Amino acid sequence: MTSVTERDSMDFDVVIVGAGPSGLAAACRLMQQANAAEQELTVCVVEKGSEVGAHILSGAVFEPRALAELFPDWEERGAPLTTPAIRDELYLLKDAEKAQKLPNALVPKSMHNTGGDMPRYVISAGNLCRWLAEQAEGLGVEIFPGFAAQEAIIEEGVVKGILIGDMGVGADGAPKDSYMPGMELRAKYTLFAEGARGHIGKRLIQKYDLAAGKDPQHYGIGLKELWDIPAEQHEPGLVLHGSGWPLDKSTHGGWFLYHAENQQVVVGLIMDLSYQNPWLSPFDEFQRMKHHPVLAKHLEGGKRVAYGARAIVKGGLNCLPKMTFPGGLLIGCDAGTLNFAKIKGLHTAMKSGLVAAEAVFEAIAGGDEGGQELTAFTEKWEASWAYAELKESASFGPAIHKYGTVGGGAYNFVNQLLGGKLPNVHDTTPDHAALKPAAECEKIDYPKPDGKLSFDKLSSVFLSNTNHEEDQPCHLRLADPELPIRDNLPTYAEPASRYCPAGVYEVIEGDDGKPQFQINFQNCVHCKTCDIKDPAQNITWVAPEGGGGPNYPNM
Amino acid sequence: MSILVLAEHHDGALAGATAHVVAAAQQIGGDIDVLVAGENVAAIAEAAAKLDGVSKVRVADNAAYAHLLAEPTAALLAELAGDYSHVLAAASTTGKNVLPRVAALKDVAQISEIIAVESPDTFKRPIYAGNAIATVQSEDALKVITVRSTGFDAVAEGGSAAIEAVDFVADNAQSTFLKEELAQSDRPELGAAKVVISGGRGMGNGENFKLLDGIADKLGAAIGASRAAVDAGFVPNDMQVGQTGKIVAPELYIAVGISGAIQHLAGMKDSKVIVAINKDEEAPIFQVADYGLVADLFQALPELEQRL
Amino acid sequence: MKVFVAVKRVIDYNVKIRVKPDHSDVDLTSVKMAMNPFCEIAVEEAVRLKEKGVATEIVAVTIGPKAAQEQLRTALALGADRAIHVETDERVESLGAAKALAKLVEEEQPGLVILGKQAIDTDNNQTGQMLAALTGLPQGTFASAVDVDGEKVQVTREVDGGLQTVELTLPAIVTTDLRLNEPRYAKLPDIMKAKKKPLDVKTPADLGVSVGSRVKLVKVEPPAERQGGVKVGSVDELVDKLKNEAKVIS
Repeated sequence: MTSVTERDSMDFDVVIVGAGPSGLAAACRLMQQANAAEQELTVCVVEKGSEVGAHILSGAVFEPRALAELFPDWEERGAPLTTPAIRDELYLLKDAEKAQKLPNALVPKSMHNTGGDMPRYVISAGNLCRWLAEQAEGLGVEIFPGFAAQEAIIEEGVVKGILIGDMGVGADGAPKDSYMPGMELRAKYTLFAEGARGHIGKRLIQKYDLAAGKDPQHYGIGLKELWDIPAEQHEPGLVLHGSGWPLDKSTHGGWFLYHAENQQVVVGLIMDLSYQNPWLSPFDEFQRMKHHPVLAKHLEGGKRVAYGARAIVKGGLNCLPKMTFPGGLLIGCDAGTLNFAKIKGLHTAMKSGLVAAEAVFEAIAGGDEGGQELTAFTEKWEASWAYAELKESASFGPAIHKYGTVGGGAYNFVNQLLGGKLPNVHDTTPDHAALKPAAECEKIDYPKPDGKLSFDKLSSVFLSNTNHEEDQPCHLRLADPELPIRDNLPTYAEPASRYCPAGVYEVIEGDDGKPQFQINFQNCVHCKTCDIKDPAQNITWVAPEGGGGPNYPNM
Repeated sequence: MSILVLAEHHDGALAGATAHVVAAAQQIGGDIDVLVAGENVAAIAEAAAKLDGVSKVRVADNAAYAHLLAEPTAALLAELAGDYSHVLAAASTTGKNVLPRVAALKDVAQISEIIAVESPDTFKRPIYAGNAIATVQSEDALKVITVRSTGFDAVAEGGSAAIEAVDFVADNAQSTFLKEELAQSDRPELGAAKVVISGGRGMGNGENFKLLDGIADKLGAAIGASRAAVDAGFVPNDMQVGQTGKIVAPELYIAVGISGAIQHLAGMKDSKVIVAINKDEEAPIFQVADYGLVADLFQALPELEQRL
Repeated sequence: MKVFVAVKRVIDYNVKIRVKPDHSDVDLTSVKMAMNPFCEIAVEEAVRLKEKGVATEIVAVTIGPKAAQEQLRTALALGADRAIHVETDERVESLGAAKALAKLVEEEQPGLVILGKQAIDTDNNQTGQMLAALTGLPQGTFASAVDVDGEKVQVTREVDGGLQTVELTLPAIVTTDLRLNEPRYAKLPDIMKAKKKPLDVKTPADLGVSVGSRVKLVKVEPPAERQGGVKVGSVDELVDKLKNEAKVIS
């Protein structure tokens, strides 16, 4: 059945999808330029989270370089950068008990968070975004949280804006009493800043073949918790990183534990989604990891207050798609500007937003009516410090994939000493193709959570504050609904129930005693891991009704 | 100290909640009077006089108080409140309708839904849907309080308090009772039921929920479901107990085939007595159940229905 | 007829609350705040009355910190015509809020005031009733239907065990229950327009009222964790325990 709905439409100069660091940095910079030139400019940011910051989750140790370019007076403006990183520690966990602390001299310099000429800060990305949104609104940007961009409006090959999803559609697809048809937001230029594996960004990359000639993109899944800890254990600004146990040799990843402000500690695990063993469960790896004495001593006696998970894009320069297409730009993690060598993406994402804003404003101020491909962006971007950073560390992740954590680490150490002169390393297997059949892999018997340091999945999801209106179509689309049970179950023991950090996917016994694939979409925390890791690429994540999803506090 | 308790009554009979409120009054301490307001309430007054701990029953028997509309009932209580240090009522829809009005007429705060008495001016009450418990202290001379019945065990019967009439008749030209439609269904509403029996994914399918019917009929229980059962499509989502569904706090909650995911626990953990029937003895629900039965529900349910 | 709607800024209902480690209160920092769901229903009802031609003007009112203006803007986006913010950083409880509202009712003389039956933070369920007492107006609490008919309003109330219908003379105070309506979503152009609708800011002193609370918050604790009880061996034993030990069935 097709029906044409009469949709309202609004016009802006620039529409930005996603109120994250890159989108908000772009919004602020656009208005700064317009205000300085005394030119009228309409900029609108839509955000699918119920508020700005609700869906973002990051470590984070923040390098304020791009922020200082945007707001040199960020300190007076009250930016939430209150806890400078004061001490760096890096560990290699040998097993469940033992660990080796690495001397600073052997740590790749990109991973140093103290020293040098620029202080770095332990921050909450959510709070940074909330603050950036206030600055943006102060400059005249319209920000609409709770509105999910559903798709790009593309006319004659040109991106003309976005379509906001309908609200009030029932599970059966029929409009409910509260039905409100989505709107068209049309713009001269549209910036897509959805974060890693943005659902529109993914389609744009396909449509405009933006990844041509690049390595397949690589992702990790980041799981994070926020803890209140006893005052006597608290050392604000302490920054710990580590790798090794509990991940096996073929699985790459690392953990972080930062002492933030207000007697809080954040702890997390980032695991590459190129892992091979379908029995592996990132969530359970994270839970057991916290029992290691190196981590546990910071958490013991504390109380977990928030949990969340998010895919991160970590392929770096080798995988970075072309960021321009007619009528728009792909910026930040939606494109993949994270610098994995630094384990930081906020500063490069913001920088991509600033560069985008400059290219877009230059075009519009010059009388451009929109719809062009902004090649000027590419020139500016490739001339930026952010691009130089990415170039220098292009091999960092691939080397670890290729030579393992220790061998890759050694490569990176030497490569950085040589200023990036070693030959570039590529990793050409997409993450979803990395899984081996379950029968060839060792089944993993994860310990039961103790309810003090480790927890079960559902009580964790509870602390993400996630919620979706129950009566709406499922936003996790299966291209072939039979595939999970028919193919994935026999071959890979259907890995979705394990890679999903939110208990969305389950294989249950149906009425007839046969296995059945169950999707509890209300639990979804919008991490996008399923869209990335399903071996058959059968799951497509689309935006649910605006406002749904996690409600992260200061994550 | 002296305490006035507003009697709760329905269909010509004293409601059970009153005995719980009197129990709360006993914990505060002091003389306890019960006010029975309504029309033709002599029998109710006699029932109230039998409650242990009651010194006196005051009866305002007048058409003005029929249906205990807020305007006249609050005026009556405000008139009488001068004799008392505390005015209490059940946290029923009647108590919650009337008492804030009394408090404002007397220019004092009101304290809602107490679950414990710490001292004559300090009480515990749930906030944020029971996700936190506040201890609050009244700085007013007169304390106007509604009492959550499940927080206090009812007083016994055996007393014989004096009964005296109250002459005060409140004027009320502002509100008129038109009609009352009591729920037709024999099943109480999930949010208000004294007993709730809920099925989870262990029920297997929607058809099997019928196994709960007979038990619910015998106990006068409402039937609920866990989110997993709703997600699996066994029953509609208005039956869901839990985070995004209803929060229930009945006297007795029977969880059948429910593993006890946190969302569900959040929705029923304030129940007074929790029974869990589940074949998996490791199910988290047993960690909160007062009585756990490890059994196959398809055997246990028919047996339970028969024994009740 | 002018309709007043009171709205309150509270922690979003999806957010799990966290008690501060010092047990002084619930932690409100970095937490998503939203309009109290019962207040959303109140706004929706007022908008529907305007759509029916019963209401001519909708005034949204809140009492609270500066940030509560966000909720007034939401009400304006949903259809309120103007807003009044009584700004205070004090911990306001029902009586204080009712006093401020009563003063505004006296000044503005609305025909109907609609409030949520309770806020999901303190769960007091008092302000509407108190406002009715202070203004001397009749009250229709826990409404699941509101029908304005000339000089009167019929309110169907959700009471224990069923529904009760009362008729009130106007002006009157109504508080909303969950089933009264399903609130609409704010439309994007309306959110933009709401930024330009009039919003008056007053202080309690302007109104000549004090809104501070006379109920001291001594402490706030997380609820006691339930301890598991006993396992019973049979249905017989279960029934026996429920009858004779727990005494919850007869």
